[in-house]
Amino acid sequence: MQNFTGVGVSPGRIIGSVRQMPKPISEPPAGERLTAATTPEAATAELRTASKVVQTELQRRAEAATGASKSVLEATALMATDPMLIKAAVKLIVTGTSAERAIWESGASVAEMLHNLGGYMAERATDVLDVRARIVAELRGVTAPGIPQSDEPFVLVAEDLAPADTATLDPNKVLALVTSGGGPQSHTAIIARALGLPAVVAAVGVDALTDGTEVYVDGAAGTLQVDPGDEQRTAVTAWEHVAASLSVFDGTGTTADGHLVPLLANVGGAADAVKAAAAGAEGVGLLRTEFCFLERDTEPTIDEQVVAYRGVFDAFPGKKVVVRTLDAGADKPLPFLTDSTEPNPSLGVRGYRTDLTSPGVLKRQLTAIATAAAASTAVVWVMAPMIATVDEAADFAAMCRVAGLKTPGVMVEVPSAALRSASILTEAEFVSLGTNDLTQYTMAADRQLGTLAALNSPWQPAVLQLIQLTVAGSIAEGHNKPVGVCGEAAADPVLAVVLVGLGVNTLSMTARSMSAVGAVLKSVTLERARELAQIAVSARNSDEARTRVRAELPILEELGL
Amino acid sequence: MSERKATIASRVGLHARPASIFAAAVGELPLEVTISLETDPAEDAMDASSILSLMSLGAANGDVVVLRAEGDGADAALDSLVKILETDLDAE
Repeated sequence: MQNFTGVGVSPGRIIGSVRQMPKPISEPPAGERLTAATTPEAATAELRTASKVVQTELQRRAEAATGASKSVLEATALMATDPMLIKAAVKLIVTGTSAERAIWESGASVAEMLHNLGGYMAERATDVLDVRARIVAELRGVTAPGIPQSDEPFVLVAEDLAPADTATLDPNKVLALVTSGGGPQSHTAIIARALGLPAVVAAVGVDALTDGTEVYVDGAAGTLQVDPGDEQRTAVTAWEHVAASLSVFDGTGTTADGHLVPLLANVGGAADAVKAAAAGAEGVGLLRTEFCFLERDTEPTIDEQVVAYRGVFDAFPGKKVVVRTLDAGADKPLPFLTDSTEPNPSLGVRGYRTDLTSPGVLKRQLTAIATAAAASTAVVWVMAPMIATVDEAADFAAMCRVAGLKTPGVMVEVPSAALRSASILTEAEFVSLGTNDLTQYTMAADRQLGTLAALNSPWQPAVLQLIQLTVAGSIAEGHNKPVGVCGEAAADPVLAVVLVGLGVNTLSMTARSMSAVGAVLKSVTLERARELAQIAVSARNSDEARTRVRAELPILEELGL
Repeated sequence: MSERKATIASRVGLHARPASIFAAAVGELPLEVTISLETDPAEDAMDASSILSLMSLGAANGDVVVLRAEGDGADAALDSLVKILETDLDAE
């Protein structure tokens, strides 16, 4: 039996057959010529046929899509046969260049032109490159890039998934996600947890599996086995029983000895909020407001924003809802706010910093939040992302007060904010740790890079120590100002225990994780959680921290987590 | 040669959805239609059926563009295209 080991990022055990994500289309070699048997006229005709086929396929997908993705697909379909793209390619074919190479070069120059125009156009450059890859795939007679189509549900195996792929992923067709690249905080991991799909990332070698191979995936252990036997089938059945019992959260996050740790939900809109409330969430610990802004060319009006926020507040009457102000930039660019030509967007004008370059957007957003809050009974807190200094925290708090928002807080994602939390908390009423960015900035490791998956773990003792320092800052400040966690770390039931032991007051996560986190938390006393936190912080590295804490929690084995 | 001027009515300018709708409408005509900004010389005019050309034109809300076409039915065709440009397509 062949085994592969990676990092388990979303629990669950299933058996299913593999479908590989098609390989990215390789670049046709520079200088590739038409074969002797092919005339330029024949190659031109082939190119036109291929581009028409791609257009028809994209139009078909546009018809099935709705909203913003529909209009993007419609525009992309038009690009496939666009005279500017095709004419430039035909000119190259006439000089003897192969059709594949010709469309490749033509697409590159069009994409560069759009990129140079900046903003919204620069984002469309990606669409041109996607169209180009599809045309080359059609010319070569290979599968087009994108999530495979299949009638039977399958285990999706890929190098890594991009946000665009995950948006088209049908959770009824995909049983589990396994990637050879990606890290514990990559998009693959985030989407898998949100959809409740078992997932393993950074499993080197899985790209060699052939389509149709039957495999067993354990998303907690981080393993994949080829040709599963009776032992694995039993494990799947056992998991199905556990999953049924784990699907319910009773609505109170607490340790075994009654120390309350409210479990809150991370939501990205009203539909999410309604689901989270039904799943027992004690409030919202992170409302991502980007949902109002993404896929738009211009800023939404205050009235539009008020309606959108009201939808979330009304799902939690009398409960806490923490709103994060717009967090654009880096992996979430917005045409009217962020500069896509920055050489290093993660360290660029993103989050709260966009107020420097586009003043007014944040002020209007705070007005909209305050208006929506005044009309609802939800207890609305507001926090800014990417705060690095006490002055920024003070400025943000002042803006909130002007808007009439009484509980301003900040995210702790930049190590400087963790180190200076005592001073920051003299200005802010609370802090919330964004562990995904805090980890990438502490370890100087890009979240999306599979090769750096080990560095990019929130189990890194350095990250845990920064969390400990943030809590110590709150104690030093002296007014019991709350420290929460709203990153992916809170969704890991084992790490959640460690966070509580470090002194974190609330945990906010994707609603699906609340039952597992609640069950494990309930099995330990606060004193025990503190001991486990100490073990984790004093570990030599992230693996040791995780392994040693897991070994102290027998309930994990029982629950298959 | 027929010629018409049109003021871009779409709030986002002539890209995204408005550009798709306009390029598709030009593509259905049996004529070659060019488009240029009013401020640009006629020889810089681009193929109006190309969404990529339209996007690179960068016509914003309120900009005036010039449409040109030759042949039978050019006048009627251009009139219909002006109507498309002078409607806020993004609002629909």
